[in-house]
Amino acid sequence: MKEAVALTIDTLGRRCPVPVIELAKHIGDVAVGDVVEVLSDDEASRVDVPVWCRMKGHDYLGVSPAAVGNALRVRRRH
Amino acid sequence: MPYLDSASGAPLHPAAREVLLAAYDEGWADPSRLHREGRRARALLDAAREQMAVLVGARPDELTFTSSGTTSISAGLTGLLAARARFGGDLVVSAVEHSAVLAVAEVQEGAGATVTRVGVDRAGTVDVVAMSQAITSTTAAVSLQHANHEVGTVQPVAAVAQQCATARVPLHVDAAQTVGRLPVNVGALGASVLSASAHKWGGPPGVGLLVVRKGVRWRATGPVEEREAGRAPGFVNLPAVAAAAASLDAVSRERDREAARLSPLVDRIRSEMPLRLDDIEVVGDHVRRLPHLVTFSCLYVDGEALVTELDRRGISVSSGSSCTASTLRPSHVLEAMGVLTHGNVRVSLGRDTTAEDVEELLRVVPEVVRHLRRTGPAAAL
Repeated sequence: MKEAVALTIDTLGRRCPVPVIELAKHIGDVAVGDVVEVLSDDEASRVDVPVWCRMKGHDYLGVSPAAVGNALRVRRRH
Repeated sequence: MPYLDSASGAPLHPAAREVLLAAYDEGWADPSRLHREGRRARALLDAAREQMAVLVGARPDELTFTSSGTTSISAGLTGLLAARARFGGDLVVSAVEHSAVLAVAEVQEGAGATVTRVGVDRAGTVDVVAMSQAITSTTAAVSLQHANHEVGTVQPVAAVAQQCATARVPLHVDAAQTVGRLPVNVGALGASVLSASAHKWGGPPGVGLLVVRKGVRWRATGPVEEREAGRAPGFVNLPAVAAAAASLDAVSRERDREAARLSPLVDRIRSEMPLRLDDIEVVGDHVRRLPHLVTFSCLYVDGEALVTELDRRGISVSSGSSCTASTLRPSHVLEAMGVLTHGNVRVSLGRDTTAEDVEELLRVVPEVVRHLRRTGPAAAL
């Protein structure tokens, strides 16, 4: 059972490092504890979104296939 | 104008230039002919073979010259697989091998064999236990690099070799990044087959070393010729081979001194760059590493833009970021390590690199990254 997504950031068609930049720009738009979902069809985002979470102290919840590309879920921690 | 990409290709060593020119005059004939010109070429070829064999701890008859490091890896590994085909064709490699090794793995998979890509930790070091556990009764060969080409981490080759010996499975070692930089002794490493490449140590491009130890079962794939013990077809590039030997000899003499000079410069980059620039990650092992290579990734920056801008400022480096690769895939090495793949910069120092070059790098990289963060897609952050 997946948690409710508070915000979806659509970066389809955008290449690295744009998906991570968009995530960094919009993580503050949700409340602490809420989940953000990044839609990306860029191969690098599967690696770089979890690394960004590690570097910035947020929780990386996982990746699942979306209609196009992948949905990467992140919980805001601070 | 520092050139900091010697791991991609080092400029010709002064000792190699002289020998290269002389060998074009004296070593142009066919070394397999019995006339005096042929004998003269043969003498040059034999001398180069003996010289390089000693420098990697091999016997001269174990050393073959190929046309590149990639050719050596391809031939070295496929020869092991071919000789052990009746045991099965399975292959165990680390997940961070050079693409030449992974290309052999893909061919092997295409032929129906199982390839196990053993993972690495955050520093890029392969797990010895996982590697030995991946070896089964159908494993034909194991391949492991001596040091990683993108992040510089030195692998526990001797420990893996011990596991291979216990399992009676041959080990191919890709030593392209270490020969000329660290002591490389094929026996001490426990390699069955070893590959290296001359242009990484200041020899000319187009010379690969392939060592096949005595007693190792190895079979050529493809048409066989008499030259180079039937391991590498075609007329050997004798002037380049002679120059590669002269260069390796010179570089080996300088090696320990150069490592002692360059390693503290690498340490300085590793410790100082994160102090001068936010949101960067210096990757690879801090201690068990090549003396001349360091890699870091900068958050929110496009790797291609970074390399291009550094080039404009006179600093030549390479990058493993996906936007700099023709495939648009991020580096499989950075991916396997679980470190940032964008904004990636690999710096590799050479014999011409000075402490001033490193200070310039430490000054210019933060300026360029800040500029790109201010003006690029990250501008509103």
